[in-house]
Amino acid sequence: MTHPDLTALPDMALENDEPVFREPWEAQAFAMVIDLHQHGVFDWSEWADFLSKEVHSGLERPYYQHWLCALEKIVAAKKLTSAEDLHQRQKDWHAAAAATPHGAPIVLGAR
Amino acid sequence: MTSHDHSHLTETEARVRALESLLSEKGYIDSAAVDEIVQTYETKIGPQNGAHVVAKSWTDPAFREWLETDSTAAIHSLGYTSRQGEHIEAVFNSDATHHLVVCTLCSCYPWSVLGLPPSWYKSPPFRSKAVIDPRGVLEDFGISMPATTKIEVHDSTSEMRYLVIPQRPAGTQGWSSEDLAQLVTRNSMIGTGFARTPKVSS
Repeated sequence: MTHPDLTALPDMALENDEPVFREPWEAQAFAMVIDLHQHGVFDWSEWADFLSKEVHSGLERPYYQHWLCALEKIVAAKKLTSAEDLHQRQKDWHAAAAATPHGAPIVLGAR
Repeated sequence: MTSHDHSHLTETEARVRALESLLSEKGYIDSAAVDEIVQTYETKIGPQNGAHVVAKSWTDPAFREWLETDSTAAIHSLGYTSRQGEHIEAVFNSDATHHLVVCTLCSCYPWSVLGLPPSWYKSPPFRSKAVIDPRGVLEDFGISMPATTKIEVHDSTSEMRYLVIPQRPAGTQGWSSEDLAQLVTRNSMIGTGFARTPKVSS
């Protein structure tokens, strides 16, 4: 996975604003939603509803945490993958990280 | 390996990677396309697109008229098409009326012309205060509007986005569209700022 310099976003006259994406995962989560929509998985208004529910959940979370929660929920609602598979895959990624020397790219299935 | 020399993913990173790997294996997303979207929003789509629209509306009366009657088509004609297919309405600032854009629902934003929203646009204080106290919001941005100027707040939706066309700064007669575009700030196209006034060179 590449780590683009997300602070270099073209925001002219960016007086004292912070970068649009603070971490690479935020950009990934953002782009996945755009791509799923382009594949016709959901209408944009459906996505807006899911995102709005998270934003208005009353939970104090950074914005892209809302985004990610909404993405997990719409993926479940559309039955794209099961919660068990998702959970297992998260464990697989943690295991892969633990088996990868610091600084090397983390690859699924690393032992 | 000890815990000091192996890699670590946060819970959040693992959640994102789990989604990405599963969805791409199943063919719902295309990893290369996801990377390209990130790249595009980094380098190609940003407020410079909206600045182009604004500068053209200042220099080309026919374009301005088109923008007034069918903003979506006029903006598309410059190559700024939306991936989400929503409409964009251009709203024109004047001495009589100042326009301010917000999305109270979540974070709807005219991405094709402004790129990604700044974080204050997504923040709860801005989203709630813009509707209740627009003058106060403008003051937070260092702008005090004369009482004679009406402030119109536009609440974006997933179907309708707004682009504010700021007033052309004084002292720019005869400027090229390219030079004018340099004066158009992102905030001026959301309504939380003005276009810059040219530096007077002595």
